[in-house]
Amino acid sequence: MSDPSKEWPLWEVFVRGKGGLSHRHVGSVHAVDAKMALEHARDTYTRRMEGVSLWVLPSAQIVASDPGDAGALFEPAEDKVYRHPTFYKIPDGITHI
Amino acid sequence: MDAIATYALRLGDDSLILGQRLSEWCGHAPALEVDLSLANVALDQVGQATHFLNLAGELEGKGRDGDALAFRRDVMDFTNCLLVEQPNGDFAQTIARQLLFSHYQELLFTALMGSKNATIAAIAAKAVKETSYHATLASDWVVRLGDGTDESKARMVAGLDWMWRFADELFVMDEVDAAAIKAGVGVDKASLRAAWETRIDAVLADATLARPAPRRATTGGRIGRHSEHLGHLLSDMQFLQRAYPGATW
Repeated sequence: MSDPSKEWPLWEVFVRGKGGLSHRHVGSVHAVDAKMALEHARDTYTRRMEGVSLWVLPSAQIVASDPGDAGALFEPAEDKVYRHPTFYKIPDGITHI
Repeated sequence: MDAIATYALRLGDDSLILGQRLSEWCGHAPALEVDLSLANVALDQVGQATHFLNLAGELEGKGRDGDALAFRRDVMDFTNCLLVEQPNGDFAQTIARQLLFSHYQELLFTALMGSKNATIAAIAAKAVKETSYHATLASDWVVRLGDGTDESKARMVAGLDWMWRFADELFVMDEVDAAAIKAGVGVDKASLRAAWETRIDAVLADATLARPAPRRATTGGRIGRHSEHLGHLLSDMQFLQRAYPGATW
């Protein structure tokens, strides 16, 4: 593994914990193709009954925001408390909200 | 042991010895993810072995449980097929063994789900899902290595060539199988062979590999005639219970 060009590409792994929940990012695996990525994701991240469905996608395909833009992107939301649905009463028994 | 107990013992020994063999990869596999893959398969096999050997002990009725059968039997008393005790070699050799065995085991467990012994039927129903994944995993690797680089192909060919002579034994029937079939407990292994060959040929075709040349079949594992490799495996696996009999933690 000393030559980085010979390392297997990285894939991001998303697991759906149970029906009705969304897939959540849980980590990444190395694999040469999509099929192997799914197998490695299964063997690495669902060994303890964590999931009912898996997504993998090439890490290189992720487009990330620039940390340098964080101020312009995120700070304007800080003083807009009225955007939070905190003025509603959540009925009992509602989970995963 | 009567025939039915021996039948369960053989099923357990196959899984146990393959599980122990695969666990030797732990910490040594080509990549961290592959390490986990092989360890998962090993743990599945050991789980199957625990169930089958506990059943064999119960049927025997002499107070031996799965642990006693796994850790306090001598090499000649093991009834696993020779294929599962073969050394890991390189990764391709390990995968060759897994290909031949997992496809056999999936077909066998599928048939055993109809066993009149409810415990065997239940173990088979649970294990067949594990085994189906093992067969897929091994097949995918055979295709990748066989249809890969010159080196990976050469290694895959050599691995298959090593393991091929032990395939015949998987389907050999003897008086234990005959008694188990008569009791409605066992299955006709010979009848699984055609389906197994179809599966293996399909994988080899995908992998751009030819079937290895026929070799004189090596058999004898079922009656305790093992290769030199099994004793070394047992000396590792049984060391603790031999050195500290009955030790628990």
